[in-house]
Amino acid sequence: MKPSSFRYAVPTTLRAAIDIRAASEDSVVLAGGQSLIPTMNFRLANPEVVIDLRKLDELNYIRVGGGMVRMGAMTRQRVVEEDAEALAANPLIRETLTNVAHPAIRNRGTIGGSLAHADPSAELPTLLTTLRGTLTAQGPSGRRSIPATEFFEFIFTTALEPDELLVEAAVPVLEPGEGWAFTEFARRHGDYAVAGVAATLLVGPDGRISRARLGACGIATVPALLTECEELLTGNAPGDELFAAAGQVARDAVTVSDDSATTKAYRRHVLAGLVERTLKTAMTRVGVPR
Amino acid sequence: MSTRQFGARVQRNEDQRLVTGKGRYVDDIPLTGALHGAFVRSSVAHARITGVDVSRALALPGVVKVYTHADLGALDVQMPLLIPHPCITHGRTQYPLARDEVFHVGQAIAFIVAEDRYIAEDAVSLVEVGYEMLPVEVDFEKAAEPGAPLVHHDVPGNIAAHLVQESGDADAAFAAADHITSIKVRVDRSTAAPMECLATAARWDEVTGELTVWDGTQAPIGLRGALASLFELDEHRVRVIAPDVGGGFGPKIHFPYANEVLVPLASMELRRPVKWIEDRSENFVHMTHERGQIHEIELAATSDGTVLGLRNRFLHDTGAFIPYGIAVAQVAACQIAGPYRIPNVRVEFSCVYTPTVPVTPYRGCGRPQANFAIERAMDQLAEELGIDRFELRRRNFIQPEEFPYTRPNLIFADGLAVTHDSGEYEKALTALTDALDLAAFAKEQREAWAQGRYLGLGVSFYVEGTGLGPYEGGHVRIHPITGKIFVNTGLTTQGQGHETVFAQIVADQLGARVEDIIVVEGDTGVYDWGVATFASRAAVVSGSAIHKAAVLARKQVINAAANMLEADPDDIELADGRAFVVGSGTAGVTLAEVATASNPLRYAFNKAAQSATQFAPAARSDGPSLGEGAHPGIEATDYYSPPHATWAYGVHGAIVEVDPATYGIKIHRYVCVHDCGNMINPMIVEGQIAGGVAQGMGGAFYEKLDYDEDGTLRNASFMDFLIPYATEIPHVEMIHQETPSPLNPLGIKGVGEAGTIPVAQVIVSAIEDALKPLDLPPFRMTPLSPSLIHSHIAESGNRG
Repeated sequence: MKPSSFRYAVPTTLRAAIDIRAASEDSVVLAGGQSLIPTMNFRLANPEVVIDLRKLDELNYIRVGGGMVRMGAMTRQRVVEEDAEALAANPLIRETLTNVAHPAIRNRGTIGGSLAHADPSAELPTLLTTLRGTLTAQGPSGRRSIPATEFFEFIFTTALEPDELLVEAAVPVLEPGEGWAFTEFARRHGDYAVAGVAATLLVGPDGRISRARLGACGIATVPALLTECEELLTGNAPGDELFAAAGQVARDAVTVSDDSATTKAYRRHVLAGLVERTLKTAMTRVGVPR
Repeated sequence: MSTRQFGARVQRNEDQRLVTGKGRYVDDIPLTGALHGAFVRSSVAHARITGVDVSRALALPGVVKVYTHADLGALDVQMPLLIPHPCITHGRTQYPLARDEVFHVGQAIAFIVAEDRYIAEDAVSLVEVGYEMLPVEVDFEKAAEPGAPLVHHDVPGNIAAHLVQESGDADAAFAAADHITSIKVRVDRSTAAPMECLATAARWDEVTGELTVWDGTQAPIGLRGALASLFELDEHRVRVIAPDVGGGFGPKIHFPYANEVLVPLASMELRRPVKWIEDRSENFVHMTHERGQIHEIELAATSDGTVLGLRNRFLHDTGAFIPYGIAVAQVAACQIAGPYRIPNVRVEFSCVYTPTVPVTPYRGCGRPQANFAIERAMDQLAEELGIDRFELRRRNFIQPEEFPYTRPNLIFADGLAVTHDSGEYEKALTALTDALDLAAFAKEQREAWAQGRYLGLGVSFYVEGTGLGPYEGGHVRIHPITGKIFVNTGLTTQGQGHETVFAQIVADQLGARVEDIIVVEGDTGVYDWGVATFASRAAVVSGSAIHKAAVLARKQVINAAANMLEADPDDIELADGRAFVVGSGTAGVTLAEVATASNPLRYAFNKAAQSATQFAPAARSDGPSLGEGAHPGIEATDYYSPPHATWAYGVHGAIVEVDPATYGIKIHRYVCVHDCGNMINPMIVEGQIAGGVAQGMGGAFYEKLDYDEDGTLRNASFMDFLIPYATEIPHVEMIHQETPSPLNPLGIKGVGEAGTIPVAQVIVSAIEDALKPLDLPPFRMTPLSPSLIHSHIAESGNRG
């Protein structure tokens, strides 16, 4: 389990990093390394160049403003998790991050690293998708914004061009009184989940759900939006029966097949239960001042 | 007065070293100029090798040598079948490197030696192996069926060994029974996953003609013998050292692995030290596995629940080879009747070849499988007869006055009939049910069910034949200069605490402080009589041998001190590192002075030697300073050979809750009542139990090696092969019961494997109990994942 030999670049500016990326036929970006390094040690990846972004201080920030929480791609997950301003603006971010692996991994893992890796079982891509967040890419020809719902294309595949780097991820702040929750089930604490669900619930003055956002990880080739659940919930009065019905509706969103440890039928069962449970938790937070 | 060390919670002597990163493992041995090895391994399960092209690998700068079987000369031989048995009709073992055929994914084909491990791994990918694929059947139940593809073309039916044993008359018991129950259960294949994988380093000393091998083994003396034999070197020219070893758990008792042959060979041929450190990917497909067994078990009972007879037929998956003989299957067969009287037992097994990693003992060694079978069957019998499952067990326990209890003709791994030596089984069960408060639980369970919560209680009673022979030795010497006590035995430690418990045993005899006792083992250059660490035997066998040696050393100290103090030996007492006259109020002599004075040396190096001259001579001899038959110094060796295994036992219970949304399991309580005879150090016993239970949790919930139909191991990494994290392990409440073994001078029984044995049944029966409202058929497999629970419910036509 030793990697094959590679060139190692540690640019100190984003511009330099993009130049190296653009000039390399076969490069990988090291942004925390919690997936990349094992992949290289297994020799599943044998890149010629490893571009380590750890010195790009310009990508290490959390900014709250204009209705958005903006996170630089190289911000460590643990830093975001512990950020008071981000918590006040959108507590779903922290609840999602506490489900990502273990603290030691979140200490190294970055926001951008997880998003660009695009594992459909991972929590951060699901957060961005559920909240209809935005990802910002930068390449030799400039910057562009990509909606999260278009960013994740397939397992480990994103809308980033080969010469682009992911530089920022942004999610909207939650409305006052909006409920939120992230729930997942993994066989062991901190593992990739069998399924995980992110949800927000906004209840209008008429006592009906005015906006529901739901997404799930672990069930498809991309982080999944549970739009049928959202539609079922919106316009209805919240309650246990409605949430149970939403769970049943969610079952069909599971598209991954049986694997040797987990049947599709089981994953559907878990997803249904988690949707119900997540909505119940989110509902307990509706209207609660933050 | 020194307080008695035996039985005390003494801090571990080894922990200062081990927990501060000062342990020295094979990879830490500094070997200047060492070369590094890597293996080319088979990527297919079964194939004829049509060619091995090493030319591109050899051309890679930094590659020093590439070995294939053709380069091995006299070493290109079948490795030994270590433990033969007449029932092994078709014993097949591996070659160091595959010849013209491979038998499992991971089998070593070539060995590359390079300037560093990176280059060696680069070269691995440059070796081209041609395969002509042969058909495979990985499922060992199907492999045993007629017409299945053969692993070895000359082994019909893939059956390596077949054994029937009968104690009493099983068929007669079944004919007389009111009720018969039968169940078929399956335990999946697992791996021990020690924190340190296998590791070998070797140095050939050109000047002395000595081969030194550092190896992460549980059997350095055995390996030394194998290497001396293979390399045709006299034993004194081969030194095997097992330095600190990061966990053994059984697979490191097997030898010689390919690395244990190739690394020494390369160091001798290339005249440079060579190191090979197994990585985790290799470990999954190279280090031996265990656990795969399918049991069909039947119980014949009277209507009041007295079990008259037991019939058990099982298949044991031995992998591609059977280098360790039938040990695992035989041990399973001998524990199949558990703690129950059951006077008529017939047990029959077949060891089946499959194109997979070979199988040798892993912590528990067949006992977890046997425990799962008998305890699943007892639960089912209780259910069918309408008798409470605790009461059913109670009615069948061997009673205290029935010991020793022999099962004639049921022959254990030591070649002797199973004989339970001592125990109080019913008392242990009562301690468990008291701790779990069954009445209170029943109420809690009814309330939970009423709320749609699934709360259940599981139980498993195990017995464990421990402390197998043939023997171990103990050597005790008081260093004549420093006065510290040097203790040796032939087996070796993988972190269990030998340096502490053996010191405690010696401390009591010599009145010394535990920290002044140096225990060195695992080095054939220091002590080389003995067997190895396995079968929960170190404390029992080496502990007893060391005790006996310490008793002899104590007599020498007392006699020498009596001479020096001009007193009667009966009046000498040993305590606090000194020998003195009882009640005299005088300081007497230190052990160092006694040791120095007992060595008639003409030089006085130090104060102990100078002060020793103030006393009378240690030996009374009118002639030469060393009398006829006497030896210098304080030194003794003795041996212990157990008459037969000593049987530890225990009962575990748990209260769990099943989440119907996820089928995740929460363990509310886990209680262990156990009896390993007299405890040398309860703290170390508790550590063993806790670690064993944790490993058992792995077996209950997670550990299934997942071979696909082609024989590729799909989950050969810690990403996919799950072992429990600390977060998955509950607090284990422990209740100690001490029934001394009558078989050894210390009254001890083994405890190393105990914790692991019953856990799967505890968890599975608890889940089954929790889900009672769903009226499901019994669970018959372990590990039991949430997905499997879901499938079981769905298949029974219940809600899913």
